[in-house]
This record gives sequence, C-alpha cells and structure tokens, in this order.
Amino acid sequence: MPALPDRRGRFGEYGGRYVSETLVPALEELEQAYASLRRDADFKAELKGLYRDYANRETPLYFAERLSEHLGGARVYLKREDLCHTGAHKINNTLGQILLARKMGKKRIIAETGAGQHGVATATVAALMDVDAEIYMGSEDIERQKLNVFRMQLLGARVHPVESGSRTLKDAINECMRDWVTNIADTYYLVGSTMGPHPYPVIVRDFQSVIGKEARRQVLKAEGKLPDLLVACVGGGSNAMGMFYPFIKDESVAMTGVEAAGGGLDAGPHAASISRGSPGVLHGKKTYLLQDELGQVREAHSIAPGLDYPGVGPEHSWLHDKGRASYVAVTDTQALEALQLLSRLEGIIPALESAHAVAHALEVVPAMPLDAVVVVNLSGRGDKDMPAVAGHLGVEV
Amino acid sequence: MARGKKRIKRCLDKLSAEGRTALVPFFSVGDPGIDETHDAVLAAVDAGADIIELGVPFSDPMADGPVIQASSQRALEAGTSLHGILEMVASLRARTDVPLVLFGYYNPFFHYGEEAFARDAASAGADGVLCVDLPPEEARGMVAACRSNGMDRIFLLAPTSDDSRIKAVSRCSSGFVYFVSVTGVTGARSSLSANVSAKVARVRELCDLPVGVGFGISTPEQAHAVAGYADLVIVGSALVKTMHEAGATRCAAEAGRFVSDLRRGIDG
Repeated sequence: MPALPDRRGRFGEYGGRYVSETLVPALEELEQAYASLRRDADFKAELKGLYRDYANRETPLYFAERLSEHLGGARVYLKREDLCHTGAHKINNTLGQILLARKMGKKRIIAETGAGQHGVATATVAALMDVDAEIYMGSEDIERQKLNVFRMQLLGARVHPVESGSRTLKDAINECMRDWVTNIADTYYLVGSTMGPHPYPVIVRDFQSVIGKEARRQVLKAEGKLPDLLVACVGGGSNAMGMFYPFIKDESVAMTGVEAAGGGLDAGPHAASISRGSPGVLHGKKTYLLQDELGQVREAHSIAPGLDYPGVGPEHSWLHDKGRASYVAVTDTQALEALQLLSRLEGIIPALESAHAVAHALEVVPAMPLDAVVVVNLSGRGDKDMPAVAGHLGVEV
Repeated sequence: MARGKKRIKRCLDKLSAEGRTALVPFFSVGDPGIDETHDAVLAAVDAGADIIELGVPFSDPMADGPVIQASSQRALEAGTSLHGILEMVASLRARTDVPLVLFGYYNPFFHYGEEAFARDAASAGADGVLCVDLPPEEARGMVAACRSNGMDRIFLLAPTSDDSRIKAVSRCSSGFVYFVSVTGVTGARSSLSANVSAKVARVRELCDLPVGVGFGISTPEQAHAVAGYADLVIVGSALVKTMHEAGATRCAAEAGRFVSDLRRGIDG
C-alpha cells in the first residue's frame, strides 16, 4: 500500500481540498506549518510529555476476561481510551493541534462538536494554553448533551448553538467553516475528526495514531502476536483511523469500522455513510456521503451524537474501496444492549459511540477460535450519555 | 459555440467599449418557485441587468450567510433541482440573449456528472459555471468539460489570494474572475473594506480577464463605488431578501425595481 495521501491530499479519489478560495491559502499555510512541526524534536517531546502527564497516556490495553468467557470465542481486549483525560480519545488530537495553533501564532480557536467530547477536549486544551475557544454545537445535540455543554462553559469556552439544518454535527461544521472564512487571519479551526479539507484528515489521523501504536506494542507484549481483528466505531472516523493506521501494513490484521445504523439500515434514518452512501463532496473533501440522487446531503441519525454525521473521513472511504478495512453497521438498540452488557460484565460503562464497536464484537467474537485476539477501541466513557440512556430505558434520573 | 462568439465576452467587451460596468444580479433559483425566478430574471434584464447569476441550491451552503442559507432551504423544499434549473435556462434562452452563469456548490454538479452537466447546460443556453467550493486544483474535470462544450469557467479570488494564486486562478478562468470583496460569507455589509480597490487593481495587473466584485454589496451607493474599479458588480443576498419579502406574486416586479435602482446607482 502506498503512503497516502498524495501531494494533493488524496487517498485514491477521496479527500482533496474542496473549499472556497479564501480558505486555500490558510490550508496551505497549515500544511506547511504541520510539515515542519511534525519533524520538530521539541514539539515531539512536548506532546509526549502532555500525553503522559496531562492526558493519562499510555492508556491500558485491558483483557476483558469475563466478556471473553461470556462470548466463548476470541480473546477480547479493550483499548481504554475512555480513561484519557476528558473521557475520550479526542484529547489526543486537541493536544497536538493546540501546539500547532500556538506555533502558527493563532490566539482564537474554533471547533465543531457533536457529542460534545471534541468540544470539551478543545475547551480543555484552550484553557491549558490560555487561548479563547468558541465551540459550535447543533441545538439538538445541546439538548442531548447538556452536561458536556456545561463542562465546556466551565472550562471557559463559548458555546454557540447552531439552529440551521438538522441542528447536529453537520450543521455545526457548516457554521465553523463560516466563522473560519470570516476570521481567517487570527483563527485556528481545530477540526475534531479525520475529515475536512486536506491536511486535516492527515493531521487528525497522525495525532490519533498514538492509539494504534500503543495498542500494537501492548498486544504484542500480552499475546506475543498481532491481533486478528480490530474493531472501532466510525462517525467521522478519528478513533478508528487512529487505531487502524499503525496496523495497515500488517496484512494479517483484519479491521472493521462500525457505523451507526440508527433505527435500522432499511427502516430508518441512520448514519451509515459507507454502508449505504455514495461518493460525494461535503465539508472540503470527497468521500462517502448520505445524500439523495441529486447530491443534496441527507440528515443522519444515531442515538450516539458522535456518530450522527452523514459523511466519513476520506481515508476510510479509500480503505473500504481497497478492501483493507470492512465497514458494518449497528443499530441504536444493539448499541444500548452492548452498553448494558459491558457495564455488567466488566464494570465499564462505554460511551454510546464506543458501544457500537462493542456491539459488533458481540456479534462476531463467538464464531472466532478461542486463541484468536480481538482489540476493541473503547473510544470514550459513557457518563455523558447517562441521561439519554436512562431515557431510552424508561428510567427517570 | 465558436470562440469569440461567447455571450459573456461579447457582453463585457461591449460594455467596456462604452465605458460602462456590468450589473450582475444573483438569483436563488427556486425560491419561492422556479417560475417566479424565471419571471424575476426577465424583469431584471428589462431593468438593466447585464449578466445573470443563477444560484443552484445546496443543502449545506457553507459560504453563505443567513439570507441565502434560508433561501436555499426554501428552494430545496420547493423541489428545485439542477435538471429543473436547466429547463428554466432553456426557457429563458428562448426569450433573452443575456449571459447566464450557474453558481453553486460542487456536489450537485458532481452528481449530475461534469461532462453531462456541461453538455446539457451549454445546450440549454447557459454560458458559464462557478462552483464556490471547487478551487482550480480540484476543477480539472470541470474545466475540461466546460472547455469542450464552450462554457466559461469562472473562479473566485479572495482578499487572501497572493500574486501566485491570482495568476494560477486566472489561468484556469474564462469569461471573468470573481473577486470576493470580504473574508466572510455572503450577505449585506454596511460598509466595504477600503482596500478592496487596491486589491482589485493588483488582480488587474496580473490577470487579463475582466474582474467582477461581489459579497456584501447591497445598495445603489455601494454599487456605484464598486463600479469605480470593477468590471462587474455582483449583488446577491440583498436581492434575495427583497424578493422573499415581496412574496410570490410581487417578487418579479420587486426584482425589477431593485435592479433598476442598482442600475441608476452604477450609471449615476
């Protein structure tokens, strides 16, 4: 497999830089700044220190013994990104990008957020680095994730409700692009997933690939061999890309991205861009999108706000077309069941997003040999979802 | 269509010879309905519009402010499609020789198919296309399709474009280049930045094509000021807002009145 993206930011036909002219010079500047920073020894040392002392890395690779016994198939490991500072893998990316923003001399940070995890991770590093953060969040998501809104505000960020379109992540990204194009001179757009125009999908992948690098080392140590299967949930796809990327050349390692099937792929609105979408252009990149036959983007739906996006990172589209990774979808109901099962068997309450990955493992692990090894990326913890989960289970909290 | 006979060039050459500036209104096609847009375009031409921009609605108009966002949404809810817009173009072409430029976001064009779009648009009588989110680097297919079908390719330049960028964008463009007057989204501004004219002068030094200026222009006074240094004055959100406030039965007449005020502003 060639090293991608190419010089035009392409993963095969996907990716690229589909933006208005005003943003092109800013993206070129970002590309240059990142190219020099990623090789900078001081930067690497600073980021490593922050990962260790601030973000709580490395995160454990935990052998889920009771879950494995329950399923009666492969040995299941959980990569515990839920133990990261702020409760999800998002901090890996925001720490890297805030150093990039600082190097570029930008004093104002904007970001979109769906579940609120990226918003919280952005507000966190903005507080740490003493810069202003403004977070765009769909009003529908604000309603679903009140706790994260409060966390962002407590951390000193301003949260802007977005009332346009479906009032979720897609629309929050539109508003971020509008803010950025307006305030291009002093503002850094801290993109939260492996999406957006080049070079964002690369930057986010690179910062998140700490997940896969650690997991690869850890599983080799624990099992003396590479895993047979990696499983991660995919909305924009940053936790999955971070897990998959360091294993791409290990051809024996199968990789499965789990999209959100919402109410069901046929029954109903969902967020399964690769499983049920087609190639198109949105938010600066060409990728699989949920859209109608005229190229108008459809609204996505998932119980997990972090997966509620009608597109996907371009590198996932490429991995799908090449057959290097496979993509499946899990319904809201399956995710809720997986969340409860993992809570009871392992004492770990996963985020609804991560519960999609767990749900897929529940399906495939029983049919695998006992000596097979599966690594599930537990990308975030479930605290933020408790009011929503309680609501779905008919419990008042 | 043979080179040299293109409507946009013919129109701009003629105005240039007369020492006049082109007035280019933008219509959000399909808001409130495609028939209303059709009639409003004809009213605008009667009122002195030189070139017409036809906005193709998109679900996620990232470069647009609230007025065009809301209008695009209404147009989509009314069932507006690129196919329907090309039918409207053919009907307009039977009634007027005014140059017609399709203006939108790339995804609906990508879905139509670049070659099919350029062929069908040219045969309907459209003269050019501008995709906001398709910079020259991503536009090879669209440029080739337009070239082989005699359609002009209009690209944006921005306050952030440096000399090398201005040259690169100019090389891919034909008809005119569209200078975005502000860093920001579409929509009326109370005042335009003072250095727009200097930047446009720089574009002129590096680019042989006529230079249009748009984004933020809403009043006859602003149009007059911009006409002092631009070859084309492009007005969008203010017209869209005027038509929306006028309602379906009055929007064509109001579009005509609005354009005639701008015309007087530019010429006055």
